[in-house]
Amino acid sequence: MIDLFLSLDFQPFFLSFQLATITTIILLFISLPFAWFLSQTASALKPYLEAITALPIVLPPSVLGFYILWALSQDSYLGEFFYTYFDIELIFNFKGLVIASCFYSLPFMMQPLQAGFESLNKNMIEASYIAGKSNFQTVIKVAIPNIKPALLTAIIVTFAHTVGEFGVVLMVGGSIPQETKVASVAIYEFVEIMDYKSAHIYSAIMLLLSFTVLLSVYIFNYKQHKKFKRIL
Amino acid sequence: MIDIDITKKIHGSDGNMCLKVDISIQKNEFLAISGKSGSGKTTLLRILAGLEEADGKIVVDGKIWLDNSYSLAIQKRELGFVFQDYALFPNMNVEENLLFVKKDKTLVKELLEITELSPLAKRYPQTLSGGQKQRVSLCRAMMNRPKLLLLDEPLSALDPKMRLKLQNEILTLHKKFDTTTIMISHDPSEIYKLSSRTIILDDATIVNDGLAQDILFKKNSSENFLFEAKILNIQKKDIIYLVTISFNKELLELMVTAKEIEKFQIGDIVNINSKIFSLTIDKK
Repeated sequence: MIDLFLSLDFQPFFLSFQLATITTIILLFISLPFAWFLSQTASALKPYLEAITALPIVLPPSVLGFYILWALSQDSYLGEFFYTYFDIELIFNFKGLVIASCFYSLPFMMQPLQAGFESLNKNMIEASYIAGKSNFQTVIKVAIPNIKPALLTAIIVTFAHTVGEFGVVLMVGGSIPQETKVASVAIYEFVEIMDYKSAHIYSAIMLLLSFTVLLSVYIFNYKQHKKFKRIL
Repeated sequence: MIDIDITKKIHGSDGNMCLKVDISIQKNEFLAISGKSGSGKTTLLRILAGLEEADGKIVVDGKIWLDNSYSLAIQKRELGFVFQDYALFPNMNVEENLLFVKKDKTLVKELLEITELSPLAKRYPQTLSGGQKQRVSLCRAMMNRPKLLLLDEPLSALDPKMRLKLQNEILTLHKKFDTTTIMISHDPSEIYKLSSRTIILDDATIVNDGLAQDILFKKNSSENFLFEAKILNIQKKDIIYLVTISFNKELLELMVTAKEIEKFQIGDIVNINSKIFSLTIDKK
């Protein structure tokens, strides 16, 4: 058993975590200003933007994967543009996976952040403006420090969700070892070749990691909630 | 000197209304605004602060704050604003809440001493009582030495004792910092004590403007005592009727003749006045 464990190739796990880390960082920087904008705007466009950002939750990953494949392939304007001018291919490699993951996990970063910003006391935000602080200073010094549980939830859930993605990754990245073969794809392949032992070990590791991540988020939020209740 | 001449459509208690305010406020004046809820008091304060848009003109000490399409940014108005719900920054302690406005440690020290908050300087807002929070909020509003201080029912959530204490502090700060102060309040004693001028807003227009004592005591001189009450119940007792009214959280019963009772219904808001007995005052 231990021999089998040691002989396993852990590259797919590294790839999964590398992909999840990069995706989470990119999404954090995109989503913070975007979620702030959505939480504060009174624009009629708001429901449309919210619907678009929530789409990846509802769409089958294959649909999302198909569109991303179509948009990034060298037959499309975007793919052609990147290939011609920057010599960059965007599909069936790690870069393509990052782009696809950003779309796929966007709502998991956006929604907790937006909900967090929307739950802030409006007068508190206004007090910051009255104190002479710009929008940017208000977000950095007042808004973000006061949505810590939402921020943590957004980061962890985005990370976990990216580690767990399968359909989009398979469609956009395929299964190229050391490049696009992430853990979930590896498990799929083990099952396909009926190597159930390896599939079991990989799956158990995924299960344990996912549970640990989620449990830590819930414990943190539970403690925050209790702390808040006590001091109020 | 503050010149205000603005209009704004608002959704008040009686549907859509047009808030119309045209007044001049002298420097160092303490203006109290009173009136029914939904009459546009808070909206007026928010327009002055730049938190809401309006048509018209606001000129403060010769500087234009609002002139139709032009509106001076909130950040540049350098005013002080105290919200009813304190609106402190929970991620900062008392001292940091104040320093956030301006890095002026001497002023922080001075303000905390005036409001007796110095021992609480390192405490976080969540650990403070309502009165303490509101004093922090008041100090924070004074941090940029505002020419104009706006107070939106700052004391309404506090108990009477704390109110009295804060009234004194507001007055001290108003005088010490030479500000022009505008405060929304429903409490006649508070208005009487603090304000040098009072306006009453009703249905989005100013219906009264003058000295607090003239406005608050403007009652028919033949009535010794007058108050508003609501009829809760009417009960027939032999040849007379017993009317139960509620006033200031108390219930009273009054006798009314059969002839008089015709004009009253349960739910009516009525004026109660006493002409016969004289009120006496006694210590509690």
